[in-house]
Amino acid sequence: MWKWLIPLSVVPVIALLAYGFRVNPRDIPSPLVGRPAAPFALRTFDGAPVMLESLRGRVVVLNFWASWCSPACYDEAPTLERSWRSYRGRGVALVGIAIQDKQEASQKFISDFSLSFPNAPDPDGKVSVDYGVYGVPETFFIDRTGRIRLKHAGPISDELFRTEVEKLLGEPALDPSVDSQEKGG
Amino acid sequence: MSHRWVVRILVVAVVAGGGLGAQSATADAAQDRPPAAGTVNADAVREVAAQLRCVVCQNLSVADSPSEMANQMRGIIRDRLAAGEPPEQVVQYFVDKYGEWILLAPRGRGFNMMVWAAPVVAVLAGLIAVGVLLRRWTRPRPAPRAGGIDPVLRERIRRELESEP
Amino acid sequence: MISDIGHGALAVGTVLAVYGSIASGVGARTGRPALIESAQYAALAVFTLVTGCLLLLSYAFLTFDFSVRYVAQQTNLSTPFYYRITAVWGALEGSILLWTWMVTLYTLLVVLRHRAQRDLYPWVLSVMLGIAAFFLLVMTIPAPPFERLTPVPLDGRGLNPLLEDTGMITHPVALYLGFTGFSVPFAFALAALITGRVGDAWITITRRWTIIAWYFLSLGLLIGGWWSYHVLGWGGYWAWDPVENAACMPWLTGTAFLHSAMIQERRRMLKLWNISLVILTFSLTIFGTFLTRSGIIASVHAFTQGSIGVFFLAFLAIVLLTAFGLLAWRWDRLRAEGELDSALSRESAFLLNNVFLVAAAFTVFFGTVFPLLSEAMRGVKVSVGAPFFNQVNVPLFLSLIFLMGVGPLIAWRRASVENLKRNFLGPVLVGVAAAAALHVVGVRSALALLSLGLTVFTTATIVLDFSRAARARMRAGSRFLPAIATLLLHHNRRYGGFAIHLGILIVAVGVTGSQAWSVQTEATLRHGEAVHLAGYQVRFDGLSAEEDSTHATVIGTFTVSNGHGTPTVMRPSKKFYPQESSPIAGVDYRMGLREDLYLVLGDFARDGSQATVKAHVNRLVSWIWIGGLVLTLGAILAIVPDPQRA
Repeated sequence: MWKWLIPLSVVPVIALLAYGFRVNPRDIPSPLVGRPAAPFALRTFDGAPVMLESLRGRVVVLNFWASWCSPACYDEAPTLERSWRSYRGRGVALVGIAIQDKQEASQKFISDFSLSFPNAPDPDGKVSVDYGVYGVPETFFIDRTGRIRLKHAGPISDELFRTEVEKLLGEPALDPSVDSQEKGG
Repeated sequence: MSHRWVVRILVVAVVAGGGLGAQSATADAAQDRPPAAGTVNADAVREVAAQLRCVVCQNLSVADSPSEMANQMRGIIRDRLAAGEPPEQVVQYFVDKYGEWILLAPRGRGFNMMVWAAPVVAVLAGLIAVGVLLRRWTRPRPAPRAGGIDPVLRERIRRELESEP
Repeated sequence: MISDIGHGALAVGTVLAVYGSIASGVGARTGRPALIESAQYAALAVFTLVTGCLLLLSYAFLTFDFSVRYVAQQTNLSTPFYYRITAVWGALEGSILLWTWMVTLYTLLVVLRHRAQRDLYPWVLSVMLGIAAFFLLVMTIPAPPFERLTPVPLDGRGLNPLLEDTGMITHPVALYLGFTGFSVPFAFALAALITGRVGDAWITITRRWTIIAWYFLSLGLLIGGWWSYHVLGWGGYWAWDPVENAACMPWLTGTAFLHSAMIQERRRMLKLWNISLVILTFSLTIFGTFLTRSGIIASVHAFTQGSIGVFFLAFLAIVLLTAFGLLAWRWDRLRAEGELDSALSRESAFLLNNVFLVAAAFTVFFGTVFPLLSEAMRGVKVSVGAPFFNQVNVPLFLSLIFLMGVGPLIAWRRASVENLKRNFLGPVLVGVAAAAALHVVGVRSALALLSLGLTVFTTATIVLDFSRAARARMRAGSRFLPAIATLLLHHNRRYGGFAIHLGILIVAVGVTGSQAWSVQTEATLRHGEAVHLAGYQVRFDGLSAEEDSTHATVIGTFTVSNGHGTPTVMRPSKKFYPQESSPIAGVDYRMGLREDLYLVLGDFARDGSQATVKAHVNRLVSWIWIGGLVLTLGAILAIVPDPQRA
């Protein structure tokens, strides 16, 4: 009897809404994963230049943070410093980028956590947008060929840092000039 | 804790009239911005910004959001337009970085056609249904009892009905 | 202590509501009035218990009883008295409590008013208690407002600062009164289906209830807009946020029902359609609650999430399947052939009105869930926001304004050419003339011209009709004011409806004006520098700071002049809350009939030497709020007892 199609038509709608439970609206996958990382040239809080170009061939971890991002950024800062100390000797570059932050608040944050890796402000947000950042903290793992391999939103753990960096360190560095030209992969 | 503290500092600094001398990141940026930025029409910036979702807020456009992130994004749009990029290309730049998600109205292509077609389909279906029903319901039918009533009275009833709200 | 009493009361309430729901149904089926009577007492007891819980929770808030988790989450010792009251319904658990209280209140009112009604009433009571039982169940399992917190903290977390606003007293209350109000017509519709008395009785009985629910929903939407406008600081009042959409959908279908019910009252047709509309409207109110509380769609208004979403979805499924199942079961009784004299009649104008309203509701629904659909089918996240909804809804709403002019004046049954000429020639000319005049004055936006032309046309039909009726009275010997008064009172339904239409037209002017002519600018100013916008000069005069119990505020002082009159000082601010990551804008605005000047403080230098200010000149926005007042008057007029019929 076709009249029973009326109540039955409700089923797909409910099913769609139920599907909603399986997805997180705040978890937006980045289209940049697998693509070459956008080049940047910043100046650290200490005045030293830091450029992605000059880090080619190394595994680069890019961490976006802000002093106003509490508690997540405060939670992960010691992790980053620890990881940096254990990997700096193995050719890993860690760069912190403070976004939408006040200069002196950032500097206080750096000194509070005695961060020894290079940290730079992104005063007009160009680098943040180039990396499709929408919140802090966010961490990007860039392989030796200059490709973004993983984007992690939220505070990072020692373990995640270790696993990802070890994986990327184990990969050979290809000629970067070949890769930076094409997209995707 | 750390927050209350930051707020304190801020308040003290403002009340004391400074001394710290440092300026906000955007204020710095505003000064450093090349003069070319001024040549871009604010409406043009707004037109692009209105299509983009502010990534840190929910459901506000980059044009409307008071957030710092949106402010910086507007700056980027202005710079790109000032550099001569066409508006579509500026929009595409953001789509490349953030995915389709950043567009507040999905592009009417492929699967997304559906959402644009929905209102048209709904109105057409409704109009067709009403049309069919009206045709069926206004079909002339035999008037069984009407003949018995005095035509003058019938006219009066008709008029009553018409004037009555 | 409070925890235990509250928990206990809610558990007893749940049991009683379930009992009452079953007893009333069984009583109706087996014809045992004693059972129905016991269900009435159950309804009274449930109402008393829920009222007690609401008071108890308020008491816990007023006495800072942080042993209740909800209190500890929503306040801290510095939350002022006033906001401790609004905090009661400021988050998930308390809002459900308020909601439940309203459902039980409506249930009690139905008992008091309709208990003499014998055939539908027991089932109505059963359905309403069933709804109350569901909400009580939610408060016993997934969202307990009285959950205990151990160890008891010394201080609480504090209220979301966005909710520290007077709008937060009235907005949820009005909105929920609207949402829950639709449970009355829904319960009557279900009772009609269950008993098979699908005639017009339920429509006649619920007319007033529907208007009340519809009015509160409209009011809730308008207050929500007002809150958004003066608290969120983005210069707008409606963002097509999923939660706003969720509140707007039942409004659209409810409006459709108000109109199509008139056809059933008069012509005894559209039975099936009317019942479907009521089911849809009620389901959409539940859908709205589901959307806000499940966290499946990100939104500004979203509450925290948890298993509660599953409860609401299950309830939604039960409501829809049962109601439409009953509808299919009663199919043969509902499916009466209609009979119309002419396609050119008020009946068909109302049918078209229904097409556009329901199409708009469908569009909003589809747009709201489309991101989910896209993710499910394609695995791609997309957004559907304001640019989409504005674009697709504008033609629908303009059509509705046009029909609003046609519907009330076109004749029932069959409109003659004479009738059309008599009622519409004048208004059409006035509308066209208005559009032409606006064009001459310099309005170039085709959309604004069309919208305002249609609005003037529809206003003219109302004025024409009213003045004609008033003149008829005066010819009969009445003086001007008494003529108007008797007209309004004796035809309160008609003129209440007209006043509501007028309110909506005024809102439409506000929306059109603000969309078409608002301007804004943003500037970073040094001390003494000024920015110019639409004839205003806004000069930055410095920053100051204040600290109070809940937050610190940085205030910008701006001197505003518009060439004539004395300059005024405006103080937009930024509020820094310890528990919030980013500051909250404190908007300062000067409202006017023509335009509002609206200032938002942006970034600033710490030494106070410069600040960024966003200035908006928002045109005609005040009309939206004025329209709300007119709408209120109209709604009151429409529900006062009809002296002729009562």
